[in-house]
Amino acid sequence: MYKNFFRYLISAIFLLGFSVNSNADFKVGFVYVGPTGDHGWTFQHHEGRNAVEAAGIKTTFVESVPEGADAERVIRQLAQSGHDLIFTTSFGYMDPTNKVAKDFPNVKFEHATGYKREHSNVSTYSARFYEGRTLLGHIAGKMTKTNTIGYIASFPIPEVIRGINAMTLAAQKVNPNIKTKIVWVFTWYDPGKEAEAAQALIDQGADVIMQHTDSTAPVQTAEKAGVWSFGQASDMQRFAPKSILTSIIDDWAPYYVERAIAARDGTWNQQDTWHGLKEGMVAMGPYNSAMGADLVKEVEQLQKDLASGKVHSFTGPIYDQKGNILVAEGKVADDGMLAGMSVYVKGVEGDIPK
Amino acid sequence: MSLDISFIGILIGSIMASSVPLILAASGELVTERSGVLNLGVEGMMIIGAISGFALMVITDNLFIAIVGSMLSGVIISLIFGFLSQSLLTNHVATGLALTIFGIGLSAMLGKNFVGIPGKEFPILFSSLKESIPFFGPILFGHSIVLYFAFALPFLTNYFLKKTKLGLVVRAVGDSPVSASNQGINVILVRYCCILYGGAMCGLAGAYLSLIYTPQWIENMTAGRGWIALALVVFATWSPIKVLIGALIFGGITILQLHMQAIGFRIPVQFLSALPYLMTIIVLVVISRDSRKIKLNTPTSLGRIFYKEK
Repeated sequence: MYKNFFRYLISAIFLLGFSVNSNADFKVGFVYVGPTGDHGWTFQHHEGRNAVEAAGIKTTFVESVPEGADAERVIRQLAQSGHDLIFTTSFGYMDPTNKVAKDFPNVKFEHATGYKREHSNVSTYSARFYEGRTLLGHIAGKMTKTNTIGYIASFPIPEVIRGINAMTLAAQKVNPNIKTKIVWVFTWYDPGKEAEAAQALIDQGADVIMQHTDSTAPVQTAEKAGVWSFGQASDMQRFAPKSILTSIIDDWAPYYVERAIAARDGTWNQQDTWHGLKEGMVAMGPYNSAMGADLVKEVEQLQKDLASGKVHSFTGPIYDQKGNILVAEGKVADDGMLAGMSVYVKGVEGDIPK
Repeated sequence: MSLDISFIGILIGSIMASSVPLILAASGELVTERSGVLNLGVEGMMIIGAISGFALMVITDNLFIAIVGSMLSGVIISLIFGFLSQSLLTNHVATGLALTIFGIGLSAMLGKNFVGIPGKEFPILFSSLKESIPFFGPILFGHSIVLYFAFALPFLTNYFLKKTKLGLVVRAVGDSPVSASNQGINVILVRYCCILYGGAMCGLAGAYLSLIYTPQWIENMTAGRGWIALALVVFATWSPIKVLIGALIFGGITILQLHMQAIGFRIPVQFLSALPYLMTIIVLVVISRDSRKIKLNTPTSLGRIFYKEK
């Protein structure tokens, strides 16, 4: 008898669950690769989520989800528990997102920084961070005294390589003697290791440090050592007020709100979004006055030109490390080439890890 | 690259600084394990130490209180493990794992309000000597007090375990708790003390990260160092001096491989990244080949539940 009672109880709970869902109770789920408190990449996605919540849409999030088998489990869990739109916010979630999307055709998926849209319910979106890197390169090229720029890289994916190249090209333009030294740390987030990498680059003569990892440790190390640095993903100025020249800020909020409302109202379509300075998905933090008024003016102009399309980060002639031409003179790299970028441009030291 | 002698001094100095959390946590865990208790909660205790130290620094603005508080928080959280594993006789492995998961979660919750606050400069000792003496200056001077303590700790631990009566008691409890108990030793009390001591050292290791090494609080900032410390204890075959060597090799190769990358060595980066783990294991296995000594050092009853029949 008790057995039956529990059976009824369980089915009642399930029915309740389903009926709540059919009540058009629209829910958005977020999957983060780091903790919301990283003050970098995940922090900014979380700000985007807050904006969605502020627009009156219910959201949930799961943080610190490793890329790989765990990711699929978490995404599936969100899809099963009645989320209508799921943002998966790291490159490594690409395959798991597409896999789960196949099994849940009624759930919409948005994958950040990826390129696979295997099913009609998967969209991809990313920001043209390389435009920000161009500005950093220009500043770095002007500010360095040792002509050595230190770059802390996470994983050898097009996104990261594109940033290295954009920065180097811009730095070369203002300072032909520039050298880019790269250290791969193979993690998005390990403050201790990021600090050690920054210190190694500084010891090797770099006097400008930038990073494609998520914590604030590199800028703090730079501050301690008295060299220049840049904030990554969010405004990190208060962590290194003297050292930070500016920050690249990811602003996902407008996109998230727009897509969540579209999904709720049934106007959501599959698309591939790649927004930059123009749309505001990439923004710059305040410029450090240590740069001098002239350089600040110069960079602000360049920022405007990048936004308006007058200047492109990858304008030919661009050569690879062996001297083969990648982009012909007078041409700019198309999005396909940018999305799949897997070689260094001339002037970058070392090999890309395979 | 400037391979001059003063540069090597700077390099060794930064290697020493990076190995401090491993030395502290591993030395603490070593004593716990020598008493026969396997506490896999090192990572959890470290992260609790990191947040407690940072939070106390922000609240009291006093680094001494912050350091002592981080050790106390390690003691308190290890007390949970002690109570479960020693008084309620739960499985050590499961309880330790739970402690790690609990610690990471609790620290994230406690730390919510401390994210984004820049840390305070931790005083370093003899900073003038660091600059004035080439090579030896950056190695011997200009470090925080915690670093000096960390480098003395393995020797103190070695002395304690080998030369003192209390050390003998700890080892006896770890090797044969039944015999020790029959000798009138309060096994549970000794194990409690060793667990709490391990907690204090792990708490200090965490505080070193959040107060000195990368002065800030960010979630999960220990990033797996607790697990490396645990592995070090085993590969160092429970010898404090070998723990020190292992931690230095691990820290050293981690930093050297970053330098090799920055110089532009044409070695696959993935191999370089794996090198610290590989070299540490190889060196420790090679220097501890003497199976008699291993037997002597291994706590025979490690991880086994002991209860006194009444």
